[in-house]
Amino acid sequence: MGLIQVDEDTRILPPNIIITSFDKLINWGRLSSIWPTTFGLACCAIEMMAVGAAHYDFDRFGIIFRGSPRQSDCIIVAGTVTKKMAPVVRRVYDQVPEPRYVVAMGSCACTGGVFRTYSTVQGCDSFLPVDVYVPGCPPRPETLLEGMMLLQEKIRKERARWSPWR
Amino acid sequence: MAVTEVRISIHPAGLNPKDIAEKIKAQFPEQVVDVAEFRDQVSVIVKRDQIVPICRYLHDEPVLSLDHLQDLTAVDYQKKKDIRFEVVYNLYSMRYRHRIRIRAQVPENDPKINSVVPIWAGANWHERECFDMFGIVFTGHPDPRRILMPEDWEGSPLRKDYPLPGPAPENDWPGFTEVLKRSKELREFEWEG
Amino acid sequence: MIQKEAEKIFETRELNVNMGPQHPATHGVLRLVLDIDGETIVKVTPHVGYLHRGIEKLGESLSYFQALPLTDRMDYVSAMSNNIGYCVAVEKLFGIEVPERAKYIRTIVGEMSRIANHLLWLATHALDIGAMTVFLYCFREREWILDLYEMICGARLTVTYPRVGGVRNDVPQEFLDSLWKFTEEFPSRVLEYETLIDQNRIWLERTKGIGVISAEEAVNWGMTGPTLRGSGVPYDIRKHMPYDAYDKVEFDVPIGTEGDTYDRYRCRMLEFRQSNNIIRQCIEKLPPGPIMADAPKFMLQPKDKMMPITHPTEALAYVIEEKVCKGCGMCLRACPAAAIFGEKKKPHTIKQEMCLRCGNCFVTCKFKALKVVPGGKAMTEEQLKELASAPVPEEITKAAEYMVRHFEFVKKGPKVPEGEIYVATEVPKGELGFYFVSDGSGKPYRMRVRAPSFIHAGCIPRLAVGHLVADVIAVIGTIDIVLGECDR
Repeated sequence: MGLIQVDEDTRILPPNIIITSFDKLINWGRLSSIWPTTFGLACCAIEMMAVGAAHYDFDRFGIIFRGSPRQSDCIIVAGTVTKKMAPVVRRVYDQVPEPRYVVAMGSCACTGGVFRTYSTVQGCDSFLPVDVYVPGCPPRPETLLEGMMLLQEKIRKERARWSPWR
Repeated sequence: MAVTEVRISIHPAGLNPKDIAEKIKAQFPEQVVDVAEFRDQVSVIVKRDQIVPICRYLHDEPVLSLDHLQDLTAVDYQKKKDIRFEVVYNLYSMRYRHRIRIRAQVPENDPKINSVVPIWAGANWHERECFDMFGIVFTGHPDPRRILMPEDWEGSPLRKDYPLPGPAPENDWPGFTEVLKRSKELREFEWEG
Repeated sequence: MIQKEAEKIFETRELNVNMGPQHPATHGVLRLVLDIDGETIVKVTPHVGYLHRGIEKLGESLSYFQALPLTDRMDYVSAMSNNIGYCVAVEKLFGIEVPERAKYIRTIVGEMSRIANHLLWLATHALDIGAMTVFLYCFREREWILDLYEMICGARLTVTYPRVGGVRNDVPQEFLDSLWKFTEEFPSRVLEYETLIDQNRIWLERTKGIGVISAEEAVNWGMTGPTLRGSGVPYDIRKHMPYDAYDKVEFDVPIGTEGDTYDRYRCRMLEFRQSNNIIRQCIEKLPPGPIMADAPKFMLQPKDKMMPITHPTEALAYVIEEKVCKGCGMCLRACPAAAIFGEKKKPHTIKQEMCLRCGNCFVTCKFKALKVVPGGKAMTEEQLKELASAPVPEEITKAAEYMVRHFEFVKKGPKVPEGEIYVATEVPKGELGFYFVSDGSGKPYRMRVRAPSFIHAGCIPRLAVGHLVADVIAVIGTIDIVLGECDR
């Protein structure tokens, strides 16, 4: 057991029964309770609030909105990111402890949307590593739920993110 | 004391806007450059020197009583007119329900005009926005700073010669280029999956 | 000696606290820098601009019809009202008259958006102050309204339903039935909210006497809407400068007395009932008729006038007449499928298999060398060329003229008279004004949006000074700002 050398630089943990069981357990724990930071910027924030309200409930997926980035594991960038706001977004993202995920909600967060102007960042993925893109202007609540379920799928497939050897 | 429901009546405006324009012309004859009319709305084009006395007259005169500054903005007539900018004041009277528009001409080489904040306190943010977007300086303004763009942004976005997609990525706002650089540096610590 | 020591130890300074752009309580990205002395606020400096997207400059590069969806995204909580404001302004600029049915429909959706806006206002205001149940209750009603929006136009939030000259499509009867049911149940729901918070001691403590402003000062600071009416000024644009069907329905306007947060809250609660009343009156009085204005110079005509030339696509063919074609190459550049071939100064040909029959080449050709012939994929090149030289039937000429005009209209915009105009409408937040300067082309030379949230955000320093930190949240809630509109 131990580390196997795959090629020059990469070394991976070999899949064995202990690691995969741990993976399954920990990933299940993480995906069932993703707690995002409230980062509503523009119109998509209203749809995000509507998802959190009673009609399309977010809580049944285990998703509770936390106010502080230090206590959350995901940040849903909902709305247009402007150049004035970009340092703030990056700072909030840096404050979220690992493992952290980013969901870009809405066309403006994915690619700048309708606004190809002097003050709009053309997509928040120019300074944030985005995991899931949820397009729409604004995306329907069901679309955001689908986006979160895709994120859950992504987490389910992660391997050994919990280990110190990654 | 309770909040009551009041049946406000719909009655037409007090003075005809053309009469208001005549009054302004009578009071400040050498300041008025022109009077324009379009779809029952009258604009009085004035020089910028005496804008504060004109506005004070319009605000204080009991017959006019134009106490509501609906809008204060600027327009950039880049090549269409000789004097490049015009600061536009849309005024309305809540008591008499009449309105007028004042356009003050501001040349490009000396873009300064007196501030009307002493008359209408709500003009504060309007004037800051004009300064931010057009570069027109309002003398006597209590807080002349940029409002919508970041403080150290260069350029006046709503001028006609400013490009819509913004400056080229090389001379972009330093705050943003810093964020991009830092995120590239921190990228190597991210989880790759 | 001891006194001096004590003073040194207990030396206090003003604390500078930043309520950053990301905060659960701020309604969007508003940054407040508070100078506080203990817990009392000495100075507040709002910083806005974190959502400035350049809508005004973007509007200058789009035609009047294309700039309409931009207005949705400004005050995204009550999207229909922004559209109505824009449409009323542009219609006045063009000088066109909206048909009666469209006016009533626009009044209905305008008042629905007023209810939706006040529901969201109540939800967030109460949530900030601490009453969390109201948030869930209000969203329940809001979902009902958004479902009704979806029934008429397909979109929940950023609808672009009111169009320049009327509305986009007619309302189905089930919409009116469902809306009628809504108006019958809604007053009992409003009563529910009021039971929860109206006489609640905590609510009264937190809203009475907070953010007091007198009538003259409020007018001087530029406030409008319920924020102003809470101070006792009877200014409602629906009564002062009526537009749409507001002069044909009867309604009251709630006016407050004290000018504090509680009065503004009561104004908006009473506005719920008034809007309900207006919707009921409009549904009863809804007249039949057209829903788009009849102004050919400014409006897109229905597409069936183009039909002889566009439908059925398989039975028509576009052919270039060799004798007339000068070989200038304009149609070659205009073709989106790159189906035209030919050298400079030589007659061009269209490859029929690749032709999309879109009509771009037809519109671009100045020499009238393009002919539309009945035929199709079944015909050979020679047959088509023969038919091209034949005289053109009457209906195709007419349809062709119409198509040319349609293309010009969509690409460049209508020919608008030169001038400037300022039109204000009463959106749920206050007075939304549009100032257009037109230079004769189809794009606005200057599109200025006078947003109520911008002015009200400027009044925060005046309203919040002297209160405690927690009252700042109540003040932000009561002036009802939305940053999309504030920053544009």
